Amino acid sequence: MAKGVKPRVKVPKTAAAGDVITIKTLISHKMESGVRKDGDGNVIPRSIINRFVADFNGQNVIDVTLEPAISTNPYFQFDAMVPEAGEFKFTWYDDDGSVYETSKKIKIA
Amino acid sequence: MEFKTLLTSVAIVAFSAGVVSAQEDATLAIEGEVISTSAKAPAFADNLDTVYSGWLFRKNETRALQTDDFDNPAFVFVDQGIDLFEKVDGTEGKACASCHEDVEDFAGLRPTMPRVEDGTLVTMENLVNECRTERMGAEPWKYSGGQMTSVTALIGLQSRGMSVNVAVDGDAAPFFDRGKELYYQRVGQLDMACSNCHEDNYGTMIRADHLSQGNINGFPTYRLKNAKLNSAHARFKGCMKNIRATPFKEGGDEFKALELYLAARGNGLSVETPSVRN
Amino acid sequence: MDFTRRNILALGSGAFAVATFAGLPAFASKTDDAIAAFTGGADVSDGGVVMTAPEIAENGNTVPVAVSAPGAVSIMVLATGNPTPAVATFNFGPLAGARSGSTRIRLAKTQDVIAIAKMEDGTFRRAGATVKVTIGGCGG
Repeated sequence: MAKGVKPRVKVPKTAAAGDVITIKTLISHKMESGVRKDGDGNVIPRSIINRFVADFNGQNVIDVTLEPAISTNPYFQFDAMVPEAGEFKFTWYDDDGSVYETSKKIKIA
Repeated sequence: MEFKTLLTSVAIVAFSAGVVSAQEDATLAIEGEVISTSAKAPAFADNLDTVYSGWLFRKNETRALQTDDFDNPAFVFVDQGIDLFEKVDGTEGKACASCHEDVEDFAGLRPTMPRVEDGTLVTMENLVNECRTERMGAEPWKYSGGQMTSVTALIGLQSRGMSVNVAVDGDAAPFFDRGKELYYQRVGQLDMACSNCHEDNYGTMIRADHLSQGNINGFPTYRLKNAKLNSAHARFKGCMKNIRATPFKEGGDEFKALELYLAARGNGLSVETPSVRN
Repeated sequence: MDFTRRNILALGSGAFAVATFAGLPAFASKTDDAIAAFTGGADVSDGGVVMTAPEIAENGNTVPVAVSAPGAVSIMVLATGNPTPAVATFNFGPLAGARSGSTRIRLAKTQDVIAIAKMEDGTFRRAGATVKVTIGGCGG
């Protein structure tokens, strides 16, 4: 697992059933491109988050494929439909096999 | 005022594509709270009428990152700072939070730093490491390392919006004088002083960069360039390398004195920690 | 990550070296290949996609981009002037509130950033924007 990886997500606490809400996510990650060289001229191996998935109550909202051109500390903003109360689940997949997860509950108001 | 108009027109000539000049009337609101980005220059800053935050010298996309605490990538490190603040470390079995229960109690500290304690000039980093070595029995953190900047950003954030008010007289006077001397001293192969860029030429372009006044009210700052928090001393080091001088030591007497002088030049500006710059 | 100006330059010059070595058409085809892999060779028409990116990026290391294409099932973003053009592909699920997304990307130099949208009817649409990348004269 890459060091110091920490996800942040911003989801409203409540919504009306059927509302479309905006979600923002950020995760601390170097996103080492695999193109750079170290001080000795050796290529630094690629180490990135290659996939990000957001689901709500088991149904998919967005599934993003990431390439090395995504900036350090990957950020995403997107919209989700909220049909009922439930829980968003966010998952980031690292090249090294690590999986980072976080979730947020939302109520219907 | 004539000088300002001149600067604006220079900027327009240099970059017709709409470069933002420091003199543009822009308002910084962070999470909806308006923060002042200019102030009347302190009396000792002979060559300035107004001090401007570095935020004004950035383009709109970079400015926007600082207006929302989620969009501001520095906050991922502030989160890490919260974890570190609560983490027990060292022989005494203590965390920062063991003594400082509520980090919010640090509100008001950042605007006064650096300051003189018992005849010694101390920075925020010095205070953190003093706690670690003297009270926690822990190893000191690297001066500009990730752990240190995360915690100094967290502590600084508690004072966001407060006016910088660094003492320059009394015990601080000799350090202030030393810092001023360093600010105007030409160094390096390019034979340049801080003042050559940040006092004589702020608002103009140095190649593709828009020169600011070099105020440090937003430090530690998240830079797009290296995608991490940067301490003021690390930034000073970068400037010195650019003018091909041998940088002073981070945490050393020279940079501490320079930090005092620079912080004081920005007296009256708002604390913006953690700011976002390019 | 220390994505310093020098590294960014290295990225850019790397792309340039490849382009020079193999001739410019080869460089252009890297983007074409990526598009073909996404579309399966189908025609791509302009319009129906909105791409938002700054005209001038202050730092190529972190450039905000947003894409939107009503009726899209997925949107691929390509940076045509990077050593590897692929940037990201947004795939929209049943609970996507809009067929749009924003992220922050790395650009090695001034170039066109393009978005290709795969629509629900199986057609493909495209949009693009030129982003000037200013490299700091004194980035410290």
